[in-house]
Order: sequence, then structure tokens, then C-alpha cells
Amino acid sequence: MNSVILQLATPYVRSLLIFFAFVALLRGHNNPGGGFIGGLLAALAIVFSSFAFDRRPVQRKLKIKPGGYVAMGLVFLLLSFSPSLLKSQMLMEGVWVTIPMGILGELNVGSPLLFDIGVFMAVIGVTLMFFFTLTNRK
Amino acid sequence: MQYILLVYLVFALGIFVIPRWLKKHVGIVLAVVQALFFVYFFSRISDATNGSGLLTVIEWLPQIGLNLEFSLNGLSLVFALLITGIGTLVFLYASAYMKSYEGTDKFYFYLFLFGGAMLGLVLSANLIQLFVFWELTSFLSFLLIAFFHKKELARKAAFQSLFVTAFGGLLLLTGVLLIGSVVGSYSVGDWLQHAQSIKNSKLYVPGLLLILAGAFTKSAQFPFHFWLPGAMQAPTPVSAYLHSATMVKAGVFLLALLSPVLGGTDEWTYIITLVGVTTMFLGAYFSITQTDLKAILAYTTISSLGMLVLLIGIDTTLSIKAAILFLFVHAFYKAALFMVAGFIDKKTGTRELSKLGGLYKHMPITFVISVLALLSMAGLPPTLGFLGKELIYEAKMQSPGISSLVLILGVGGNILMVAVSMYFMVKVFLGKQGNYPKQPNEKGHLFLLGPGVLTLLSLLLGLSPAVLGHALVEPAISSIRKEIIDIELKLWHGFNDVFLLSLLTVMMGMAIFIIVYKRKQLLVKWRSINSYIFSIKFADIFSKSLEGFLNFSERNTKRLQHGYHRYYILTVVLFASVLLWFQVYVTRNWVFDIQFSLTPLYISGLVAIVACSALYAAIAKSRLATIISMGVTGYGISLIYLYYSAVDLAITQILVETLIVVMFVLVLQRMPHFSTLSSKLTRVRDLIIAAFFGSVMTVLAIKALHVELSEPISNLMLENSFVKAHGKNVVNVILVDFRALDTLGEVTVLVIAAMGVFILLKTKKA
Repeated sequence: MNSVILQLATPYVRSLLIFFAFVALLRGHNNPGGGFIGGLLAALAIVFSSFAFDRRPVQRKLKIKPGGYVAMGLVFLLLSFSPSLLKSQMLMEGVWVTIPMGILGELNVGSPLLFDIGVFMAVIGVTLMFFFTLTNRK
Repeated sequence: MQYILLVYLVFALGIFVIPRWLKKHVGIVLAVVQALFFVYFFSRISDATNGSGLLTVIEWLPQIGLNLEFSLNGLSLVFALLITGIGTLVFLYASAYMKSYEGTDKFYFYLFLFGGAMLGLVLSANLIQLFVFWELTSFLSFLLIAFFHKKELARKAAFQSLFVTAFGGLLLLTGVLLIGSVVGSYSVGDWLQHAQSIKNSKLYVPGLLLILAGAFTKSAQFPFHFWLPGAMQAPTPVSAYLHSATMVKAGVFLLALLSPVLGGTDEWTYIITLVGVTTMFLGAYFSITQTDLKAILAYTTISSLGMLVLLIGIDTTLSIKAAILFLFVHAFYKAALFMVAGFIDKKTGTRELSKLGGLYKHMPITFVISVLALLSMAGLPPTLGFLGKELIYEAKMQSPGISSLVLILGVGGNILMVAVSMYFMVKVFLGKQGNYPKQPNEKGHLFLLGPGVLTLLSLLLGLSPAVLGHALVEPAISSIRKEIIDIELKLWHGFNDVFLLSLLTVMMGMAIFIIVYKRKQLLVKWRSINSYIFSIKFADIFSKSLEGFLNFSERNTKRLQHGYHRYYILTVVLFASVLLWFQVYVTRNWVFDIQFSLTPLYISGLVAIVACSALYAAIAKSRLATIISMGVTGYGISLIYLYYSAVDLAITQILVETLIVVMFVLVLQRMPHFSTLSSKLTRVRDLIIAAFFGSVMTVLAIKALHVELSEPISNLMLENSFVKAHGKNVVNVILVDFRALDTLGEVTVLVIAAMGVFILLKTKKA
């Protein structure tokens, strides 16, 4: 597709999508969102820009290839097990740390966040893999 | 004892990491290890002979009778000594023989593990464990036979032997499980205690047949004998080891081990004796018409194995005694002869009888060794072979039941063995100078060490057999017969029927040899007669039937896996809906109570839009319209989710829907134009099937509202979500915490699907 309007809008839309992808990922534990939704949003950002421009330059510009995202996602998923193992709890049991934040109250950070990040990465990778391979046919 | 096996494994793996300067001598190092174990087992003779021997039990899954049980008694000791003793000599031989070949690391690795697996087999006192080692030897012998894998013959032979022996192994496992279900345990000790109840049970005959099938395939009994001559494609050290002390002796070991449990019945005696005696005669008969040195030896091995099986089948104290003694006799001469055959092959460049002859001038020591080994094979004094043959005749004469047949075929087999031995000796060493491809010499003392030691042992033990009798044969017999006995072994038995029979054997054998040797035409004719009568070649039948089976399954697979995606989907959908309708019909006792109402109106409108767009997707005449209307369906459904406050679900659905539409559109650009290719009838058929499936899904969805299996878990999750998992969004907490394992599985499935798509689309058609 060769639309100037789309091409001009793309940087903003893409940044917004990626921003909201992270928002969805981080707020997911308490509000609608989460790794899966975040991952889909981030993948959508890339799909969107390859719509506006061509697929090839976008694919080439990606610092991390879809396979890399998949691998990182799986690594994060595995990493999320380690806290519970280190504390010799049941495998995959959540481990939580409370960080005091002064006026802002306190922040609970737990191993499920690692898990969610893993899902996020894996979903980005898988979606892009589908996308690029399906559109790559001659 | 388990540590011995561990040491085997460690050394076998160690072959790959040892420094380069040692690599040249790896055969010798391994021989030393084997020798040390030989000494160990030798020092255990007194332990093994006291009562029931040593027993180590390591519990693994005692609930279902799976333990590691190692036992060292008279019987296993005999085998262990043969395996380690002959193993030592074989490795020494191999270190000379394998020098000129590539990939010796692999070779030593396989061969050493092979010895270890065989040792594990004979030390096993649990039959499941024995089965594992059993299949391990089959597998390793496959790798060893296929060592020269660039030769097609070697690959074929290896596959054949694996197929026959591993298949036999599976039969054995089935038999063991059958008999084990009678006793409730797989331990040999338990089986011994319940021998009587096993024999009385209904499962005895099928179990026995299966176990015998396992033993017969492994020990190359007729009609499974054909894999053994093929196995001579292996390097000669392997043949020497495989024929004398390992692999084929496993079946004999199993029969001896189980004879106190399963033996003593008519089925046992008749099946085993008949198979044994047939194998023995046919093996000897075929061996005389072979022209390849190793093939001659392979067929005589078949004959000897038949003899051993026969003796175990006769099942008297005397026959077991003869069997144990013959085990030694055969191991000694067969290992020696194979090594000699390999040496001759190396030095002259051929194993064909027609090209050999007059070798005694060039290889005098080899000649002497071979003559002694052949004397043992022919059963002539003063070697151990003579003693063995005398005992065998005695056992056969006293065998209960079908002694006349056994005796006639048995003596016939021995007569042929005498003739073969003479023929071998004269053709290879005496007579005219042969037409060798290479000028022979006798350099390489390592080649002759093994055969020399073995024939010397055979000679010494033949002269003073009492040593062997007391130390090894007696405990072995008592562990098979379960009675303490005192036996006398002497070289000279006096002038009796047995001696007369021996004399007859030798004379007849000489006569046959002279006839065959003098009239060369006769042998050629004999060969052609043989190939005429036995035009059924077992190996060919085997490969033909295998090919037939492969063709059959290929045709079937093509019918089922036709490659038409639409028919796959059709099959799956039809089958699933039939099953589901059946289930709905079986559990039809539920009352349908749902009130339909049109309020709120915007939801009813949404539903109408969803339904209309779905219908339009089915009848649209353009692909783009279809996809967009499917998108409308999806977005509509996500709005319904939203209305029922499933926000996460709605967002996900919207995103997925968007992505799918985008991808479809991109893919569609590359597709040919839309056109109607299917006939009207096909479309009607598809409509009916779709309606069928759609209706069952609808019924299921309605029914799901009426089924309450137990208290829903959602309340529990709602309560604990914030307290235990610090999350207010229950859906997310379930996904990443409560049910994280499920999510992990889903992510894995996604990744696999992505890789599948990637591979399917990226691979070019070859």
C-alpha cells in the first residue's frame, strides 16, 4: 500500500500502540490487560508499519527477529520459576516482594510479572512469525 | 555387581575423551579392563558355588515388581567368565585387526558396550531387566554388523538381524509379562518358587511359546537362523565375539535360566528338542556347501547352537552337563577359528575357499592352531571337543522320549561337522598352492595370541578336564537343576556304545570328506541340488514379506492420508458431530428452561448483526467480502463479551480479529481470483454437514447452561485473587499465577504452531 497519509501517521500510531502495549502489560494484574493483550498490541504496531511501508524494510529493521522474541519469551517463562525454586516453595508458586514507594504507597512486585513478560515476548514473536511467513510467499 | 556395569559404561564413554597418544592402544586398554573383570569373576568362583550365589537387589519400583536384581550363581558365572575371558582376547585381536580402518572409536565403543550389555544380561535376575539388556545386545549388534555401513550388504544384514532379534525380544517381553502376571513378580527367584503354579496355569503354553520364540530368534534356531550368516558382514573380531561368547548364546542362557521354571513338561521338551535337532542338522548340512570361510563357520555355529538348545531340551542332569561343557568347547574353538579366518583374510586378501590352499608353508603357526581348533570342532581327542561330543552322545542316548530321531539326526550332524572340519583344514592349508590376491606372511603376533591361548586351553582342559568340572560345570549344573551333584569328567570313557558311535562318526565323516574332496564335481552338483531343493531362501522370504508389508501400509496410508485438506476437515467435523450427537442423545434427560427475551434491544440487534454477517460470509461472492463479514462477526461477539463485563476477553478478541483480518487480506492478494469450482451437489453436501455440526454446537452450548457438575471454582479464585496473588484482575491472576502451568502449555503450543507454519511455508518443494 502506498498512502502518504498512512505513512505519515505511522510513527505516531506505532509509538502509541507500543506505549499502550506496555501499559497493558504492566497494569494487567489489577486492570484489564496483561501479557497476551500487550503482546498482541505490540505485534499490531509492527504489522501496522509494514502495512504503511513495505514489509521488507520493516522486517529488516527489526533489531530482534521474531524467533528471538519467541526464545526470549520462553526464557522469561522459565526464569519465572526460579524464585519459587530458590525459596524451595512449590514450583510456579508466586513470590512477592513489597517495595515501599514513599508517597505513592507501596509496590508489589512478584514472579508472575516475569511470567507475564514471557507471555508478552512469546506472543509478539509468534504473531510476527505468522505474519512474516504468511506474507512472504511469492 | 551393578558397579561392574557402570565401569563398562564409563570406559565405553571414556573412549571418546582419551588423549591421542593412548588412542592407538585403546584396544589393549579395553582388553586389560576385560581381563581384570575376568580375574574378578574368577576369584568369585567359590562364592558362586556356595549355595545360591550372590544376589544384589536395588529397589526401583517394588510396587509393580520392577527392581534391579543382579545375581551371580554357577550359571551366570560360566557365562560371565566366557564373556570377559573371550572379550579380553577379542579386544587384543581387534587392536591388531582394526588398525587399518576408519572410525575405530565408534567400533570399540559399540563392542565394549556390547560386552557390557551381555554381562548385564547374564547377571540379571529380574526378567524385565534381562529384557532391557537383551534388546541392548540386539541393538548394539545391529550397529556392529553395520560397521562397514558403506557396503549395502552390511546394511541389509544389520537390518535383518535387528528386525529378527528385536522382534523376538518383543515376543520375549510379552511372554515374560504373561508368566509374570501368574506369579505377580518378574524376579527369577519368585518364579522358581511358583514353578508349579506357573505350569498349571492357563497362560503357561502361550507364555512358553512367546519366550521360546524370543530365545530361538536370538540363538538363530531354525527357521530364524538366516540372520546369523548375514551377520558375518561385521568386522571379524565382532563375529568372533558374537558367535562364541555373546549374543547368540543369550538364547541358550535364557533357556538354561528358565528350565527349572518352565521345563519338565511335554511342550518344553518336544518343542525345544525338535527345533534344536533340526537346527543342528541343517546348520551342519548347509555349512559343507559354503565357499566363504566365515560363512562355513557361521553355519557351524548354527549347528552348535542347535546342539546346545537340544541338550537343554532333553533336560536331564547328563544333558545339562553336556550343554555346559559344550558351551566351553564351542566358545573356545569358534572364537579361535573366526580369528584365524580373519587373519587369513588379512594376509591373503581372500576368504574364498577356491582361492586358498597350501597355506601351511606360509603360515605354519596358524596351521597348527587351526588344526587343534578344528580337531575340537570335529570332536576328536585329545581336545575338549572330544569330551564334549562323548558326553553329548551319552546324553542323547539316554534322552527320554524321541531318542531315536534325536540320535540319528544328532549323529548325522556330527558326521557332517567332522567332514566340514577336514574340508576346511585341507582346502585352506594343504593341497595345491592357492591363487591369493596377496602374498601371505605370518607377521603380527597379536593376531595369533587369542586363538593360541584358546586352543591351548582347549587342549589342556581336554587332558585334565576335572579342573573345569569341579570349578565351573558342577555349580552351573546345580544352579540349573537345583540339586547338588558331583560329576566326573574324564577324557577316556572306556570302550562302550558311545565310543563306538564316536568311531562311526569319525569314519563316516572322513568318508564324506574324501568323496567330496576327490570328486569336485559332486560338490558342485550338491550345491545346485541344494539350491534347487532349498530354493526357498529364508533371507529372501524375509525381505520379500517385509517389502510386501511396506507396500501394503503405503497403499493404506495413501488412502487415509490423501492430502486433500477439505476431506480431512470433512472427516474430522463429521466424526466429531456424530460422536457429540450420540452423547447428547445418551444424556438427554434434561429439562430445557431458558427464557428468551429481546431486551436489552441493542444486544438483540448485535446478535442479529452477528448472525447476518456470518450468513453473508457463507454466500458472499468475493473473498474480501467474506473476510470482512467474518471480522464483523468477531467484533460483534467481542461486544457481547464486553456487555457481560469480560473486558479482557473482549480486548483479546478484538486484537486477534484485527490481526486475522489483516493477515487474510495480505495473503488474499496472492491468491487467484475467486471462482466457483465445486458442483451444486457438493455444496449441498457441505451445507448439510455444516448444519449438522452447527446444530450440535448450539445444542451443546444450551446444554452447558444446564449442567452443574459441582461447585464452581470461580468464587474461590475471586476470594483469593487479591489476598494471595496481589491482583485485582482475576482473569490475569488465573492466567499467570493460579493456572500458570496451563498458560505455559498454551504458549508452548503457540510456539510450536508458529514453527510449523514457518517450516511449512519456508521449505521449498524438493
